[in-house]
Amino acid sequence: MDTPTTFPPFAVTAEIDADADESISHYPADKKRSAVLPLLHIIQRNFGFISKDATLWVAEKLGLEPMQVHEVVSFYPGLREHAPGKYHFRVCRTLSCAMAGSAELMDRLCELTGIDRSQSDSHHNPIAVSPCGQWSVEFAECLASCGTGPVCMVNDDFHEEIPADKAQELLNQYKA
Amino acid sequence: MSDTDTQQLPKDIAAAKGLVNVQIDGHWIQVPRGTRMIEACKLAEKEVPHYCYHPKLSSPGNCRMCLVQMGMPPRPAPGQDPVYDADGYQAIGWMPRPVIACSNTVGENMGIRTQGELVQKCREGVMEFLLINHPLDCPICDQAGECRLQEFSVEHGKGESRFKEDKVKKPKNVKIGPRIRLDDERCIMCSRCIRFMDEVADEPVLGFTERGTHTTVGVFPGRELTNNYGLNTVDLCPVGALTSNDFRFQMRTWFLKETDSIDTNCGTGANTTIWTRGNKIFRVTPRQNDDVNSCWMPDSHRLNYVCPTDDDRLTAPLIKVDNVHEETCWENALEAAADALKQFTPGEIAIIASGRQTNEELFMMRALAAELGIESLAIVAREEASDDMLISADRNPNTTGAKLILQDSEVAATLATFREGVYSGDIKAVFVASEDLLSEAGFSADDLEALELLISIHTSANATAQASDIVLPGAGSAEKRGSMVNVAGRLQKLNAACLPPADARSDWEIIRDLVLALSGESAEQAPQTIDALFQIIATSIPEFDGKSLASLGDLGETITETGVTIPLLERENQRKARGEIVG
Amino acid sequence: MSDIQYLPGKEPHPCEYRMIFKNIDRAGWDPSIDCYLNDGGYEQLKKAIKMEPQAITNEVKASGLRGRGGAGFPTGVKWGFIPPNNTKPVYLICNCDESEPGTFKDRYIVHQDPHQLLEGMIISCFAVGAHTAYIYMREEFPEAATIMEKAIEEARAKNLVGNDVLGSGFDLEIYIHRGAGAYICGEETGLIESLEGKRPYPRIKPPYFPAALGLYMAPTIVNNVESLCHVKHIIEMGGGGYAQLGVARNTGTRILCVSGDVQKPGYYEVEVGKITMGELLNDVCGGPKEGRTFKACIPGGSSAKILRCDESFTIGQGDAEQSLSFFDIPMDFDTIAACGSMAGSGGVIVIDDSRKISWILNNLNSFYAHESCGQCTPCREGSMWMKKISDRIVGGHATPDDIQTLEDVAYQIDGRTVCAFGEASSWPVEAIISKFRDELTAETSEDNDDLSEEAKIQLQFISQ
Repeated sequence: MDTPTTFPPFAVTAEIDADADESISHYPADKKRSAVLPLLHIIQRNFGFISKDATLWVAEKLGLEPMQVHEVVSFYPGLREHAPGKYHFRVCRTLSCAMAGSAELMDRLCELTGIDRSQSDSHHNPIAVSPCGQWSVEFAECLASCGTGPVCMVNDDFHEEIPADKAQELLNQYKA
Repeated sequence: MSDTDTQQLPKDIAAAKGLVNVQIDGHWIQVPRGTRMIEACKLAEKEVPHYCYHPKLSSPGNCRMCLVQMGMPPRPAPGQDPVYDADGYQAIGWMPRPVIACSNTVGENMGIRTQGELVQKCREGVMEFLLINHPLDCPICDQAGECRLQEFSVEHGKGESRFKEDKVKKPKNVKIGPRIRLDDERCIMCSRCIRFMDEVADEPVLGFTERGTHTTVGVFPGRELTNNYGLNTVDLCPVGALTSNDFRFQMRTWFLKETDSIDTNCGTGANTTIWTRGNKIFRVTPRQNDDVNSCWMPDSHRLNYVCPTDDDRLTAPLIKVDNVHEETCWENALEAAADALKQFTPGEIAIIASGRQTNEELFMMRALAAELGIESLAIVAREEASDDMLISADRNPNTTGAKLILQDSEVAATLATFREGVYSGDIKAVFVASEDLLSEAGFSADDLEALELLISIHTSANATAQASDIVLPGAGSAEKRGSMVNVAGRLQKLNAACLPPADARSDWEIIRDLVLALSGESAEQAPQTIDALFQIIATSIPEFDGKSLASLGDLGETITETGVTIPLLERENQRKARGEIVG
Repeated sequence: MSDIQYLPGKEPHPCEYRMIFKNIDRAGWDPSIDCYLNDGGYEQLKKAIKMEPQAITNEVKASGLRGRGGAGFPTGVKWGFIPPNNTKPVYLICNCDESEPGTFKDRYIVHQDPHQLLEGMIISCFAVGAHTAYIYMREEFPEAATIMEKAIEEARAKNLVGNDVLGSGFDLEIYIHRGAGAYICGEETGLIESLEGKRPYPRIKPPYFPAALGLYMAPTIVNNVESLCHVKHIIEMGGGGYAQLGVARNTGTRILCVSGDVQKPGYYEVEVGKITMGELLNDVCGGPKEGRTFKACIPGGSSAKILRCDESFTIGQGDAEQSLSFFDIPMDFDTIAACGSMAGSGGVIVIDDSRKISWILNNLNSFYAHESCGQCTPCREGSMWMKKISDRIVGGHATPDDIQTLEDVAYQIDGRTVCAFGEASSWPVEAIISKFRDELTAETSEDNDDLSEEAKIQLQFISQ
């Protein structure tokens, strides 16, 4: 629960505010609500996850009830309500990757990073973080690269053809 | 058909009237073009079970309970004319897939089957799905008896479960606001409450979180549903997910008697149902009237009612002896009141009526004034800001009626004159009904102390009653029949849901008997029933001409044009015109 | 085309017809606008912008192009549904939420050839009168979002996007809108709700057909990435010329994405219907893995009904009736449909005899249970129920009755939901049970303890 986080606490800077305004400009003036996802992406990129305060800020910015933003945050697997590790691994769980060994890849990653996934489930608690806070893993549904499974994403980087025996090699790319 | 050329086809006959022919379970009926299938079925008296659909809200079509089978005439091949049967209808080609009746609209020569194997299987399937993760806790659920899940599972369910798995766990007994509790495991995700808060209350504090089978209704962490229309979501909830703190666990609904009446908290006069058992009111809920309150009412109004079992109710006439109230019988009380009033000249007496009184009571107040030779009566104005929804600026329920009955368009202005009279000492006696003079009428305790005589009719022991020389216990608004006219000029009926406590009586009878005591006339010369009294009103007040209390429907009728509109209805009508709701 | 060189090991198979994927894995190719312009890029836009918009729609209709997202609906017909008396703004949305398991074609277009998509989009926007377009990009393509954004800026610098495109007087803005990882956003009305900033609950149809009541309740055309790319080639070849590719009613090329148990999984662009399943799996993909035989195949993305590789199918009626073995099926929309499945999004998932079918079933059920949006009852409750039953089958806790219940549940979802997700989640179950009932039943036992602890407690109360 209280693993060390590598992300700064939520605080709106002038740059973030300007980013948000730029995103809002993509939609008709009376349809600001459309910018909910873009704003949430900005927050997640900067702070690792969407905190309650961040939700309140988005609601305020777009003239919405906080619940209208929370409805969206809690729907999408791509939006997190808790901090992941510095390097967040999303391993594809769906059929073609599973056939190519993605479950084995996940097991190996957990073994190598000391992550305990026993308390994770696919819905309420999808992310497991390593005790050091550096690493986290999550099963993702189809990442649309079924021909090159198993595939996974590490933060925004995409990696294909990573069977379990290449897990260490993959981790090495991210060791500080 | 033999003579197609000379006979008009049903479609043409219907089209001339803006209607279409629809076959529902084998019977043809004509309904307006554009009618939703579910409404057409209602016209044909065929019930289509549903959860999410509500005519006053948008239709998301999410519950899938209203699936029916639909058919249309097959499209004729190019160059081929449509074929009509002996009755002039085309054969219906039935679609193999069901459609939802709530959002699809009817077309000419459409067929709808609300029965049959396909429809039955659909309903069974949806019922089974709704119940697999439901806690099945009817014995401890407050919705039992008025639960759509119970009702439809009896009619359309299988009566046994094939579900061998663990159920989904969700939050229970959640306080989502000061007046409402939520049990998410009972929720069937119909979204009625969410849509109401968004579309009608315009404060979208409710929403879904999570997704799939874990979808959960709720409020944002740390926020609450405080909106004054929140309890309407409890009425809308077809299951036991949302319950009212005020009513929950108080009484099983099947023990309750329903009485149609109206709300008396403001000039809108929202139509209500009063739910009673014995002589106790358990709840008040809004009753649909599309010209008054749609299907809704404010929480502050539904929770504000006078009940015969309230602790502070007056239960017997009181006369002050040596500054102490003593109970007495009606005969003594009325005689004492008449004798006391006779000690004053008309100019020394003020009669303060109330915009909270019924037309009948007001008419008797006028008769009392006439008997005492007094020219004008006052009522206490009660103006506050409208909530731009259903609560009108006029917080008196019957100001319009008072103006008509007292035949005075400035009924509230007289009060100032009376006040001056009391301050100057010119007015020495006051007769007041249904008003606490110390709260809104502008009198002080010293003013009342200075009076030589104060007689009042009240339901509860308020400050004015305390100060009165004679107190006459009246009936609460749920304890009497009668009528009022709302801000828009609509004559509406109150019905007695319970009896006044102990010796308390209907106000109109109290005043009638006081008039008789003053005049010394025999009782037979006065109206014996409220219906008879209303007849007298109908012959003397032009707007009431031809009306009777018995024939006045439960939805009332407009008797005068005031030019006042009800904001919530205005918005509802706009949404209806845009086709967003059925209305 | 013969002078085009591809990266070593990435050369197209000789039976391929590279049109949309012409530049994928091309040697010396990069996603910049200069590279694209050097290769004749945006010439079709210059041609199209001088045409009447209706004439472009007519060409698209004449081409017979069918949407490449999954449903196979004719693109030109879709465009024609915009109400003629419309006064609201028209929107075009490029559906780049590629999320049907087994499908991986759009990924390559948006990463390697963004300007092909833009050219197709700009022409399409001009044809339907859209002055604002959005590319709904799945969250899992962050790099592609950056690439596309750069491409839009490059195009703007060349006056291909923005005000007065190429001096034609036509104004157009294109924005990227990133999703957040939900399969349901591939459904066009779910995508629209998502773009409006709401939960992506699909809308009921009728009345909410996007071409009339779409984004912000205005006419909206939602097209798949690949479909929009085809528009460029239709302008180049003319609708009639394009229709020469492929077979009747199944025109053009399509990108088949093969994954699973084959020697050479990958993407192959072929003329529609000009290649059979056998040619695809055995010749192009190199056949089954060493020592294995093909057992089953999902021919059009995970929602498509599974086919057994030892099956034969009777299709056509009367004189046209013919019998086809699995390997004889031509890869077109209509024949695959006649065989009881669908060409869908072109994702072909191959399963060999090393796999337990129950494991395949459970993997798919887990996907759909996770991705159900939860809006409507049958899908919300049914998809998770199916997963829980198949969990027990895989775990060895199922009884033969459970197979029947599972099948019933699937049919209780199918055809009764708000959107096509109902079919997407139930078809795999229906097909796997009907084709592999014996294998599934063999994994169950009458003696199994099939009730959860909780269900046992509940049963006690009910039977009391």
